Amino acid sequence: MSGGCGRNPPPFPDNEDQEAELDTRVLDSDEDDDDEGEDIFTGARSKPITPTSAPDEGDIFSEEGSYIRSDVHHATNGLHSDEELDLFTEATVELTLTNTTSQGRREIIGPTASACNTTHVPNSILKPSIVTKTMEELEEEESGDQFELNIAVTNPEKIGDGMNAYMSYKVSTQTTLPMFLNKTFSVRRRFSDFLGLYEKISAKHSLLGCIIPPPPQKSVVGMTKVKVGKEDSSSAEFVEKRRAALERYLQRVVAHPSLLQDPDVREFLERDELPRAVNTQALSGPGLLKMINRASDAVNKMTIKMNESDNWFESKLQEVENEEQLLRRLHAAVDSLVNHRKELCLNTAVLRKSVAMLGSVEENSALSRALSQLAEVEDKMEQLHQQQAFSDFFILAELLADYVRLLGAVRCCFEQRMKVWQRLQEAQSTLQKKREAEAKLLWANKPEKLQQAKDDINEWESKVSQYERDFERVTCTVRKEVLRFEKEKARDFKQHIVKYLESLLHTQHRLVKCWEAFLPEAKAIA
Amino acid sequence: MTSISEDSDKEKVRSVSVDLNNDASLVIDIPDALCERDKVKFTIHIKTTLSSFQKSEFSVPRQHEDFIWLHDTIVETEEYAGLIIPPAPPKPDFEGPREKMHKLGEGESSMTKEEYAKMKQELEAEYLAVFKKTVQVHEVFLQRLSSHPMFRKDRNFQIFLEYDQDLTVRRKNAKEMFGGFFKNMVKSADEVLISGVKEVDEFFEQEKIFLLDYSSKIKDATAKAEKMTRSHKNVADDYNHISGAMNSIAADNNTAFKKHLEKCAEVFEKLRKLEDRVASDQELKLTELLRYYTRDIQAAKDLLYRRARALADYENSNKTLDKARLKGKDIAQAEENQKQCLRKFDKLSESGKKELTSFKARRVVAFRKNLIEMTELEIKHAKNSMSLLQGSIEILNSN
Repeated sequence: MSGGCGRNPPPFPDNEDQEAELDTRVLDSDEDDDDEGEDIFTGARSKPITPTSAPDEGDIFSEEGSYIRSDVHHATNGLHSDEELDLFTEATVELTLTNTTSQGRREIIGPTASACNTTHVPNSILKPSIVTKTMEELEEEESGDQFELNIAVTNPEKIGDGMNAYMSYKVSTQTTLPMFLNKTFSVRRRFSDFLGLYEKISAKHSLLGCIIPPPPQKSVVGMTKVKVGKEDSSSAEFVEKRRAALERYLQRVVAHPSLLQDPDVREFLERDELPRAVNTQALSGPGLLKMINRASDAVNKMTIKMNESDNWFESKLQEVENEEQLLRRLHAAVDSLVNHRKELCLNTAVLRKSVAMLGSVEENSALSRALSQLAEVEDKMEQLHQQQAFSDFFILAELLADYVRLLGAVRCCFEQRMKVWQRLQEAQSTLQKKREAEAKLLWANKPEKLQQAKDDINEWESKVSQYERDFERVTCTVRKEVLRFEKEKARDFKQHIVKYLESLLHTQHRLVKCWEAFLPEAKAIA
Repeated sequence: MTSISEDSDKEKVRSVSVDLNNDASLVIDIPDALCERDKVKFTIHIKTTLSSFQKSEFSVPRQHEDFIWLHDTIVETEEYAGLIIPPAPPKPDFEGPREKMHKLGEGESSMTKEEYAKMKQELEAEYLAVFKKTVQVHEVFLQRLSSHPMFRKDRNFQIFLEYDQDLTVRRKNAKEMFGGFFKNMVKSADEVLISGVKEVDEFFEQEKIFLLDYSSKIKDATAKAEKMTRSHKNVADDYNHISGAMNSIAADNNTAFKKHLEKCAEVFEKLRKLEDRVASDQELKLTELLRYYTRDIQAAKDLLYRRARALADYENSNKTLDKARLKGKDIAQAEENQKQCLRKFDKLSESGKKELTSFKARRVVAFRKNLIEMTELEIKHAKNSMSLLQGSIEILNSN
C-alpha cells in the first residue's frame, strides 16, 4: 500500500528554480522532458468532460470529486498565496480537468497493480537501475491513460545545533497530475510537518471511515543522538531509517485516492513554507498507540451491542486483530534475523583479521598467500552480510512494522464506524424521549410547550435521518477501504517478498563469485 | 540413545590430516558410534596384513577414555620423546543437543505437531553434526598412530586394537603410574623453553620462534572461526522461526496474500537447511582444521620442550662432570651420565628434525585439502540457494 504508482522517480532535473516560479503550469510545456505528459493531457482533454455524477452514495470518488470542486474555488489562495493572478486563470482550467482527475484516478487503481512490478527500495540501494525503470515507465504510460505521481524523500540535512536542531528532508514530487502546479517540484520538510499532515488528514477523513496511514514514530533517543551531533553509524542508520519511513508514509498517503485529493496533502507537497505544526506530542509513537487503544477500549465498553445485519464486519475485525498479532510475531523473528546477521558480519570481520595474522606468520609461502586470500574472501563476505542485513531490515522488517501499524489504523477505522453508529443510537433514543415528552405534554394539556416539543421532534428526526445516512455511508466506505487495503497489502507483500528474495539471490550470487575466485588459490597451495 | 552410521555421508575420508589410510598393511576406521547417556562407544574397524595381529579383519568397541589412556601411555614412553605425539581427541561434547532435547521434552505439550517434528529434526541434525566431528577426530588419532612407522608397532596400541575385553582394568593401573608425572613435566616445560635455553641448532631456533607465534595465532583463529559459525547457525535458526510465523499467518488467510506468504515460508524453510549446511561444513572444514592443528602444534611444541629438557640435562651433566673432575670423585659415573645425556639429546634432535619437517608438509597438505573442500562445498550450497531463490521468484512473479 505504498506509492501511487510507486516507482522511484528518475533523478530530477534541478528543480530549485522551479519552486520559485510557480506561474508556469506545465500544461503545454515546451521544456517538457517526458513527452507522455503532453499526450496524456491532450488525451484527457479530448475526453468528454462530464462531471462524474454521484448517484450512488457509496462511490468514494464522486464524493471526493465534489469535495474538490468546491475546494478549488476556495482554497487556491491557501495553496500558493504569493501567486494570485495566474492561479485564477489556471483555476478554471483546473476545474474542468478535476473530473478527469477523478476518472483518471479510477483508472490508476486498476492497471496500477500490474504496472507496478517495481521495487520500493530506498533510494540508496536502487540508484543505478533508476534509468531503466524510467524507460519501462514510459512504455507503460503510452499504453494506458495513467496519471503518475512519484514521491521521494531524500537529502536529510541537519539544521541548527544542539537541542534545537532538527533534520530537514527534501520531499520531491514528480507527477503528471493536473492538479499540481508543476510536473516536478520539491520542498523541504521536517518531521513535525509530517506529523502535522497526519493530524489534519486524520481529523478530516477518519470520521468518514477511511484508513489513514499512520506516520513514522518519534524517537527521542534516536533524535537526541543526531542533535547532539554524534557522527557515528548508528545515528546515520537512524536518519536513513527515518527517511525511508517518511517516504513510505507519503507514498501510502498519495496511494489513497481520497487523501490524494485533499488540499492539505497537496499543500504539503507543494508549498514552500508550512506553518510549524504544534501539539504533535500526542502523535508520537506511544501517543498514537494510546489513541488507538483508547478507541478500542471505548468500543469494548459499549453497552449496546451493534446489531449487525451481516457478519462481515465482526468477522473482519476479528481477522484484522488476529493478523496484527501474527504479524507482530513475524516482525520479531525478522528483527532477530537482522541482529544475528549483523553479529555474523562482525564475527566475520574479526575472523578475517585473525586469518590474516595467521597467514602472515605461516612459513610456507603458498599457504601463506592462500590464507591472506581467505582473509580477503572473509572481508568480502563481511560486506555481503552487511548489505544483506540492510535488505533484511529495509525490505522485510520495516514492511512488517508498517503493516502492524496499518492494521492498527484499520482497527481505528472500524471503531469510527462504531462511533457513528453509537451517535445514531443516541440520536434515536433522544428522539424517542422527545416523542414521549410530547405525548406527556399532550396528555397534560400544556399547549404553549407543545410547539417547542414539536420543534424538538422535527430537529431530532432530521438528525436521526442524517445520522442514518452517515452510518450507511461510513459502512460502505469502511467496506470499500478494507477491500482496497487488502488488495494493496497482497500486492505490497508480494512486491517486497520478491524484492527480498532477489536481494538474497544477489548475495548468494556474489558469494559464489567470491569462492570461485578463491578456489584456484587454495588449489595452488603446495 | 542415538546411533549414527556414516554411510549417509558420502565423503568417507574426512580426516583433517592427509589420507592416512593409504598403507594397506594397517587400515583403521570408525564406521559406527553409539551414544549412551554420557558415554560414547566407538566401533573401531581394523583391516591388516601384519602378522603381529591375530586376525586380518576385526572390530572392537572402545570408549573415549580408552583413547585417552592410549595417548597418555604413549606420551609417557621414553622412547617416543623425539616424536610428535598425535594429540588426544577431545571429549565428545553433546551438551548443545542435550539441552535442546530437554527443551523439546519440556515444551512438547505447548507445540503443534509440525513444530515438534521440525524441532526434532533440527535436534537430530545437530546430534549428527557433533557425532561427525567426534568420530572424525578419534579416527584421525588412530590413523596417525597406524601410519607412523614407530607408533604402529607400539605394544599398547596393539592392545588397544586387539584386546577383546574392556580396557578399564588395564587403564586404572596405568593412570596411577603416570598421572602426576606428566602434568609436572608440562608445567615446567614452558619455563624451560621460554627461559631461553641456549640453542645450538639454527633449525630448532627457527622452529621455536615459528611454533610459538603460530600457536597463539592459530588458537585465536580457531576461537574466531567458532564464533562465526555460531552466528551462521543463529541466522539459520531465525529463518526457521520466520518460516513458522509466516505459515501461521497464511493459515489464517484465504487470499492471494496467503499464497505469497506460503511460498515465502517454504523458501525460508529450505534456505534454513542450506544455511545450516553452510555453517556445519564451515565448521567441519575450517574450524575443525584450525582446532586440530592448534592441538598438533601443541604436540610439536611438546617435542621441543622435551628436547630442550634433554639439552638442559646434558648441560647439567657437564657441570656435574666438571665438579666430579675437580673433586676427583665419581668421575666414571659422571662421564657415563654425560654420555647418556648427550646420546639422548642427539637422538631427540635427530628424530625431532625429521618429525618437524614432515609436520610442516603434513600441515600444508591438510590445509590445502580442507580449504579446497570447504570452498567447493560453499560454492555448491550457494548455487543451490541461487536456484532455489530463482525458482521461487519465478513462481511468485507468475502468480
